[in-house]
Amino acid sequence: MSTFLTFLITGLTTAAIYAVGASGLVLTYTTTGVFNFAHGAVGMFGAFLYWQLRFDWGWPAPIALAIVLLVMAPLFGVFLEVAIMRNLEGTSEAVRLVVSISLLAALVGAANWIWDPTQNRFTASFFEGKGFDFFGTRVTWHEAATVLIAIAVAIGLRFVLYNLRAGVAMRATVDDRPLAALNGARSDRSAMLAWAIGCSLAALSGILFLGTLALDAGTLSLLIVNAYAAAMIGRLRSLPMTFLGALIIGLAEAFWQIYRNDLSQHFHVFTSTYLDTFASAIAVIILFVVLWLLPNPRLRGHSRVREFFPTPSLRGSLVFVGIVIAGAAFISAWTTQSHQIDLANVFALGIIALSLVPLTGFAGQVSLASLSFAGIGAVTMAHLGGGGDPLGLLWAALICAGIGALVAIPALRLSGIYLALATAAFAVMLDRWIFNLPNFRVFGWFNVKLFEQGSVAVTRLKVFGLDTSSPRAQVVLGAVAFSLIALFVVALRRSRFGRRLLAMKDSEAACATLGMNLVGTKVAVFALSAAIAGVGGALYGGVQQSVNAQMFSFINGLPIFMLAVVGGIGAIGGAFFAGISLALLTTILPDVVPSLSHLLLITPGLIGISLGRNPSGAVSQIREGFAPMRQSKVALGFLAASLTAIVVLRSTNTIANWPTFFAALVVLVASVPIGEMFAHKAPAEVAEEPGAGAGAEIPLEWVGITRPFTDEDVRQMDAALGISEVEMYGAARS
Amino acid sequence: MAQLEVEDVIVRFGGHVAVDDVSVRADAGRITGLIGPNGAGKTTLFNVITGLLTPNAGRVKLDDRDITKLPPYKRARRGIARTFQRLELFSVLTVRENIAVAAETRRSWAHDGAHKASSIDAIIERIGLQDCADERVDSLPTGQARLVELGRSLASRPSVLLLDEPASGQTESETQRFADLLRELSHEGMTVLVVEHDMQLVMSVCDTICVLDFGRIIATGTPEEIRTNDAVLAAYLGTKKVGA
Repeated sequence: MSTFLTFLITGLTTAAIYAVGASGLVLTYTTTGVFNFAHGAVGMFGAFLYWQLRFDWGWPAPIALAIVLLVMAPLFGVFLEVAIMRNLEGTSEAVRLVVSISLLAALVGAANWIWDPTQNRFTASFFEGKGFDFFGTRVTWHEAATVLIAIAVAIGLRFVLYNLRAGVAMRATVDDRPLAALNGARSDRSAMLAWAIGCSLAALSGILFLGTLALDAGTLSLLIVNAYAAAMIGRLRSLPMTFLGALIIGLAEAFWQIYRNDLSQHFHVFTSTYLDTFASAIAVIILFVVLWLLPNPRLRGHSRVREFFPTPSLRGSLVFVGIVIAGAAFISAWTTQSHQIDLANVFALGIIALSLVPLTGFAGQVSLASLSFAGIGAVTMAHLGGGGDPLGLLWAALICAGIGALVAIPALRLSGIYLALATAAFAVMLDRWIFNLPNFRVFGWFNVKLFEQGSVAVTRLKVFGLDTSSPRAQVVLGAVAFSLIALFVVALRRSRFGRRLLAMKDSEAACATLGMNLVGTKVAVFALSAAIAGVGGALYGGVQQSVNAQMFSFINGLPIFMLAVVGGIGAIGGAFFAGISLALLTTILPDVVPSLSHLLLITPGLIGISLGRNPSGAVSQIREGFAPMRQSKVALGFLAASLTAIVVLRSTNTIANWPTFFAALVVLVASVPIGEMFAHKAPAEVAEEPGAGAGAEIPLEWVGITRPFTDEDVRQMDAALGISEVEMYGAARS
Repeated sequence: MAQLEVEDVIVRFGGHVAVDDVSVRADAGRITGLIGPNGAGKTTLFNVITGLLTPNAGRVKLDDRDITKLPPYKRARRGIARTFQRLELFSVLTVRENIAVAAETRRSWAHDGAHKASSIDAIIERIGLQDCADERVDSLPTGQARLVELGRSLASRPSVLLLDEPASGQTESETQRFADLLRELSHEGMTVLVVEHDMQLVMSVCDTICVLDFGRIIATGTPEEIRTNDAVLAAYLGTKKVGA
């Protein structure tokens, strides 16, 4: 009985914290329509701030609490609303998603910057661990207070939303912002209020975790995934259901601990070691199941997203991969071994980003689990690609495709944030549970080997007897692999299947009424994407030579998704952009300019937050910028000649690496104005034409714009429209 | 033989009854019009027929077989195709590609060469969009976009064609061409069910007209009968006696 009570109290306390966190999330979602993936990160930041004031600087707890909960967190909420969230109105769900995920990444980066993650931090629960006796079980005041706080939050929110003018205005704002404004509601103000309260609640939940949990930016930020599950049980709308959800999850986690032993006495399966870390995955599994059980949504009609990704031409793509391979071969010849590894990383990460192009770019399905599939690929390569056997790569693709298809099935009916959450749940489940398992057997015969609770070695590939174990060979291998997969993706885009994916993205309803089985199409694209990510992961493992679970964590996967979206998720160039910028930000730049390393931690987040202006991505802008160069033979000739000269100079050791780099940069930039100069004549000729044709017949709709309106025009229009003078001047009125 | 039958269908959205015990029949080789003021439940009925919406009660039958439980794609494979009032084109694809997606989809259940380039060209010619066949559809004016939707549904070689306000956004000459095309299709034996606000078009092409108001059928008959039906006049003009 007393164990039962102990775990009941633990469960209730955890549930209370989840409830506080989840209610903040529901509040901001229902009042502003933005699902804040960074809610947990805000809570994490609040917890760190509190630690700073309370434990590092030794301030009294009430003052520290007041400053964090009543000043800092609400101010941060207002800042979020004014600086970021307000601009998101009218943008697509995908952009909102990327922005809030970026915020999550930026906050984690900032916390790791300010508070060195390698340092251990002392924390303590409130009331110095004192407690009281409750039917023979010890309850700490901290636990009691936590439960009371959750109850107070529930009552308080109910009061604010239904009894205060500001709360009613908040609820009106969600339904229709302009309409609420017309009726006198200050929608900006109520959104600010919602964000202020939401952030404060997030911080409160973060602080309540102190004392029971280590102060770690990633862990604390992701604890909120458990709160997401609670919020999902409340369908992101109902606060009472959210509290019930929190209760279910908190208790399920607590009771798993006691009943697992009891169960294992009766059922052998529960003794298996692979259930050891299961507890931490319970909430995520509940989240997955809840998403699965959501009522069948109506088939999505026309998407309002206006990204523009032109159909890639085969020739252009061949030129692109040719430059990539030649560039990789050339640059890798003159760099140190450690930079060669960085360069090889660009391609491996680029392949993982490529996996998102068919899935998210073509088919419009968001996945936050691509790095998790890469992890599966890397493990597969480690265990089945012994001695650099290329068959390991094949197995990585096949196993990932299989698992990808399995994940797709429950995710099929979901879209937007629900799909993002489901894939996040899958990634976090791998993260917390599966990837940390020791070797185990399934059904007694099938041996599953993962990271063996540490790191496993990956042998670099031997392809057709070619040894790629040198870093430079890794660069070339990566470039070739990236290019082949990129060409495959381009071919896919131009194929029947590619058209089908784009059609599905535009209108699922239309596809279904044309007889398309959306299930098959979605499963196929999920499997394909997972397979590409798996191959990328296997190659990434080869570059690193040793892989561990941490490298493929959910948090580490977020920048790949963000940067691929920022680069342009619908094009292979976008994936390359993601690979380059990720390698630049995480390894190359910190190496070259060490003082920047902390700033670089938060850069991907900042880049992502600034998205929303150009949903087609950076690469399309770059392409546009270089358009005059590509259209001018003179500029292309200049570019080719200068680059050849630079290559020769570098090869003969006449110039060193940095001058080479800058010379290439200058040549590239200079080619654009040169192109413009020589391409100038053609547009000028075209531009003259409308002026010359002013006297001639012009289309009716241009009359009044390109030349003044005449009586003759009116007569012509009347004749064309069949309107008589009587009708026009309203004889019927009299 | 009656091709498409809707029997006693009821659809509720919360407390609002959008379609209230409606039965409609559309026969092969005939054009059936479905008219009524905005919000009468016409598009909702189309969604029920194509399976995008599950009715609260009632049945949908195709050639005497109950298809109420079938998902949308299986109904399409039985020969039901439709266009949408709010265009649902594949906006980033060209006219030809839009039609090709439909034709290629047909390959997964029928092998009759519908996906061949010549078949696709024939459809493009039929809807008269040869000149802009390789343009992206989001650059087309609404009238032409509606033709693309029609072409796309024809590519799946349907036996029943549902058209949701096909003439809105079309110019008068386009509507004229469209009317001819509809007559042609119906002569070929297709069952055509059309929702339309353009009375001139409805009256000139339809063999039978059903009038919906507030989710109920208030009249069924030939264009001539509908033109003089009191209930219809009341629904459209708001008063009982309108003075002929």
